[in-house]
Amino acid sequence: MNILKMENVRKVFDGTLDVLKGISLSVDAGEVVAIIGPSGSGKSTLLRCATLLTDMTEGELAYKGESIVTTVDGKAVYADKAALKKARGCFGLVFQNFNLFPHYSVLKNLIDAPINVLGIPKEEAIETAKVLLEKMGLADKIDAYPCQLSGGQQQRVAIARALAMKPDILFFDEPTSALDPELTGEILKVIRQLAEENMTMVIVTHEMIFARDVADRIVFMDGGVIVEEGPAQEVINNPKEERTQRFLNKYQQ
Amino acid sequence: MTLMTMIMKMSEGLGRTFAIFALTLIFSIPLGMIVAWLRMSKNRIISNVTRFVISILRGTPLMLQLLAVTYGPYYLFEISVSRNKLIPVVIAFAINYAAYFAEIYRGGIESMPVGQYEAANVLGYSKMQTFFHIILPQVVKRIMPSITNEVVTLVKDTSMAFTVSYQEMFTIGKQIANSQTSFMPFLVAGVFYFIFNGVVDLVMGKIEKSMSYYS
Ligand SMILES: Nc1ncnc2c1ncn2[C@@H]1O[C@H](COP(=O)(O)OP(=O)(O)O)[C@@H](O)[C@H]1O
Ligand SMILES: [Mg+2]
Repeated sequence: MNILKMENVRKVFDGTLDVLKGISLSVDAGEVVAIIGPSGSGKSTLLRCATLLTDMTEGELAYKGESIVTTVDGKAVYADKAALKKARGCFGLVFQNFNLFPHYSVLKNLIDAPINVLGIPKEEAIETAKVLLEKMGLADKIDAYPCQLSGGQQQRVAIARALAMKPDILFFDEPTSALDPELTGEILKVIRQLAEENMTMVIVTHEMIFARDVADRIVFMDGGVIVEEGPAQEVINNPKEERTQRFLNKYQQ
Repeated sequence: MTLMTMIMKMSEGLGRTFAIFALTLIFSIPLGMIVAWLRMSKNRIISNVTRFVISILRGTPLMLQLLAVTYGPYYLFEISVSRNKLIPVVIAFAINYAAYFAEIYRGGIESMPVGQYEAANVLGYSKMQTFFHIILPQVVKRIMPSITNEVVTLVKDTSMAFTVSYQEMFTIGKQIANSQTSFMPFLVAGVFYFIFNGVVDLVMGKIEKSMSYYS
């Protein structure tokens, strides 16, 4: 089943800065897609358009076949509030810098939205949160506050918070970039585990080996376009495009 | 007049001093919220008019504002000056302090990292939920030290009610000082304010501490 479909997405900042120049990306249930590319190539902007944090200038967006954005006369038109709300229930996003709620305990970070947004009964939300924390290896941190946790632990809480909403697709924007190198492993391990459980994911990352091993498909972006796209092994081991080769060479040194 | 009688007489005004203090806080804290909201309005006209009003309230002496609110209606519309001066005094104080609180709220709200809004947005919180669940509690913690400053200043500012002869503690003290040609009442007033602010410090310290469970 198709979960995410983006068609010809364009984003122009301030009327002149062409950041996304017609991107199409389709993700099926259970697929793991890694997006790689140099900084400034528009990866974050693409995720922000997909997660409705930024309005696209032009293009189409649909979740599970339900259209959220269409284009009329070269301008993006968004669906009504109810449809947007429904679409928000389809996805989760894990930020580079976690963005946990510092005034909430770990447990409250995990149950507040399920209770107040989804209307799930409190006991049930707590049960789900406990299971997720167990899975993240953070069962003993349930009453801690984010400021008492390491970066790696905070990011695992952020992943659990996103999962608590039971999204159909989870986006990650450089989930390990804000972490000390020795902490990236614990996050990559968690994502790997989610991939094994067939979680649908789109991951922007600079961890090439991780991308090759975990993703089904790799998308290489540069200058606001998708330069190359294909099975993970192929794109990393045998890139066809010269720009992809040059980019990957920088990482192999 | 003995020191004791002086203290007794001045204490009679303490209730009124406290009334100005408490009523000003009760009205200006929420009023400041509304003013901050208008100040941050996306409508340019609303935000600019609000900014102008705030700059007048902060840029002119509270004493003038007290006189204006108390006697202005009489000079402008020949409405007789109300017999209970507490009403105009509290109106003037509440409006003046609302302007200061509004700027503190605005500073606090604008200092919130955008990531908090974005995280809430992606989780599906409504605008209202985002503000009341996520933003406001953190803003309150951030601005508490500035609020404490204003509250401490307010305690001392209540003495300005003497300009409209509202019989609070300081006004009584000033009258005694005049009739007895003594400096003593001012010392007594100083001690009263100092003790009052000691209590304020204690209470505000408790409130700040109750929010120190996270950073
Ligand atoms: N809010 C914004 N306003 C203007 N320009 C922006 C904004 N956000 C991103 N950009 C620009 O868009 C380009 C792509 O940014 P981004 O999507 O963050 O790239 P990446 O995530 O691949 O590093 C950059 O040149 C950046 O300066
Ligand atoms: Mg980025």
